[in-house]
Amino acid sequence: MTTDPLLLPPALILIIGAFLLPVTRGWVRSALVLGLPILTLGAIWSVGDGVQISTSFLDYELQVVEGSNLSRLFATVFALMTFAGGLFALNQQRVIELTAAFAYAGSAIGVALAGDLVTVFVFWELMAIGSTLVVWSAGTEAAGKAAMRYALVHLLGGVVLMVGVIAYAQETGSIDFTAMEANSFATWMILIGFLVNTGAPPLSAWLPDAYPEASWSGTVFLSAFTTKTAVYVLLVGFSGAQILIWIGLYMIMYGIIYALLENDMRRILSYSIVNQVGFMVVGAGIGTEMAVNGAAAHAFTHIIYKALLLMSAGSVLHMTGGKRKCTDLGGLFQSMPFTAFAGIIGALAISSFPWTSGFVSKSMTSQAAFDEGMMVTWFLLMAASAGVFLHAGIKFPWFVFFQKDSGLRPKDPPWNMKLAMGLFAFLCIWLGLQPEPLYALLPYPTAYEPYTAAHVYEMLQLLLYSGLAFFVMLPLMKRTLTITLDFDWFYRKLAPAACRILTAVVGRILGGFAALKNKLVTDVISLATEHHNPRGVLARTTPAGVMTLWLVVLLCAYLLLYLFV
Amino acid sequence: MSEETVTEPHVETAASAPAEPPGARAHWLVRPGTIKLLWVFGLALLALVTWLGLNAHPHAKFGIEGTPAFFSWYGFIACVAMVVFAKFILGPLLSRRDGYYDD
Repeated sequence: MTTDPLLLPPALILIIGAFLLPVTRGWVRSALVLGLPILTLGAIWSVGDGVQISTSFLDYELQVVEGSNLSRLFATVFALMTFAGGLFALNQQRVIELTAAFAYAGSAIGVALAGDLVTVFVFWELMAIGSTLVVWSAGTEAAGKAAMRYALVHLLGGVVLMVGVIAYAQETGSIDFTAMEANSFATWMILIGFLVNTGAPPLSAWLPDAYPEASWSGTVFLSAFTTKTAVYVLLVGFSGAQILIWIGLYMIMYGIIYALLENDMRRILSYSIVNQVGFMVVGAGIGTEMAVNGAAAHAFTHIIYKALLLMSAGSVLHMTGGKRKCTDLGGLFQSMPFTAFAGIIGALAISSFPWTSGFVSKSMTSQAAFDEGMMVTWFLLMAASAGVFLHAGIKFPWFVFFQKDSGLRPKDPPWNMKLAMGLFAFLCIWLGLQPEPLYALLPYPTAYEPYTAAHVYEMLQLLLYSGLAFFVMLPLMKRTLTITLDFDWFYRKLAPAACRILTAVVGRILGGFAALKNKLVTDVISLATEHHNPRGVLARTTPAGVMTLWLVVLLCAYLLLYLFV
Repeated sequence: MSEETVTEPHVETAASAPAEPPGARAHWLVRPGTIKLLWVFGLALLALVTWLGLNAHPHAKFGIEGTPAFFSWYGFIACVAMVVFAKFILGPLLSRRDGYYDD
């Protein structure tokens, strides 16, 4: 069974611990919320390289825990995120959300440490359930519907992945989760299953549809795990698959363009998750050591600054009693200076501003494209770097905390929420100034030096001129009370409309058949009635004389025939 | 489809009333004087980074990115292009009023 009987899979600490939350209260629950992620972190760091825990299942050997630099990096940031998310959510009254979020986080760690495809799949599905519950637990009707749509997309992705895993096991006889190539039905299915969770086209809409419907604390958890575990499995399984470069570039541009048109502050940030994950997918597609390092480092820093941005947005939502649209917000920096500050730090980090964590991580991916001589990719990545500042870096803080004065004067949130934001804001700056500890966690050794004069000035030019473009075009950036159609239109509008039309047409056809059937039956009945009624031709009693008459006629005819023929 | 056909029932206006007590001065950051100063400072910063960029010499691989002030105009043009595409091409085609899916 287990290799080391004392070793518990780190994922289980959070998954089992999650179910202790509903049965505890007060400081015990708070201690669990903060203590479980730290315990998990310790367990993750004690996982050595190679298979640590295995167990047999049917004819296969499941490698439940397998360590590597890459898996420890992802598991570490997931645990860190769970800690800060838990701290931020300490005063969340709906305990089901925290329970679901902890089980969800534990499952994400399970994927990051899984050594075989079956274990990946099991934790993958647990994540789908946990995250659906996080969305649903917001308790609104919109959240309930969004959770159902979210679940459908992820169950579909899960089924595709399962088909892939089964076919892969049939084809190769192995369920080892190692590097593979998208060159067979099995590996294609696995790749598609993975891509659904990254927010890749055409199904990208699940992310901005569901995440903003979760509660003020729920979205913080959601932003971290699903998409980043998908990046992790792509890095392990499909590094260097060319198609990922194009998928990633599409996601980058999609995120920017849709965020530019968006009015809901947390939906803006959700589109920007797709945008940021696009950078990582491009990194996986380039597949060189620099690119894989870049994607992994970016995932690490992204989880922190995106959570910080969503904590800032969540604080606004929490303290304004549910205001989430840019058209309703503005001028909040006056009464929420701490939240505004945290939001701005997150915004600078997501824009890869020098001296923030985004700068030391994201630029490795563009450097990899540059080193490989991928001209189109590099130019698009540069344009996108400017675009990130435009759609998230300035847009979010500007419309929420500045622009016109909405007249709202909410206070900064409670201490625990401020502490969580403070912790992540500190990490955004610290990792930007001291990238070495992060670089030491990367899968490949790196001598990358982000702070060259040329690189710093390049980035500053891109970003500041992007800022100029924003303020020059401010009239065009005005928020409107609109949403933007996406692929989900097909299953939210077209499919229901098609069903209604189909119902009507089938109803008419069936109605026609029913009328025809009635007419036929009525006709048969009236025909029968006509001939068989007491006076009908076939029911009449005939007098004996008539029969005698006909007998005489027949005999006469017979006589005549006999005489003359 | 022209921009006007997009439903914009509640475009924000400067007239939305702040809930300050009458007679209170606006926050120093939003006073017109400060905003003017921020613009001057911002433009000076732009000039500074462009100038600094001119003096740094990265090894240019594709040619054009080595030309003077490339990252300045490229950043600006890229953003303008993205906003124009979003606002004038995609927006009119795909924007719908807020409650579109609630019906």
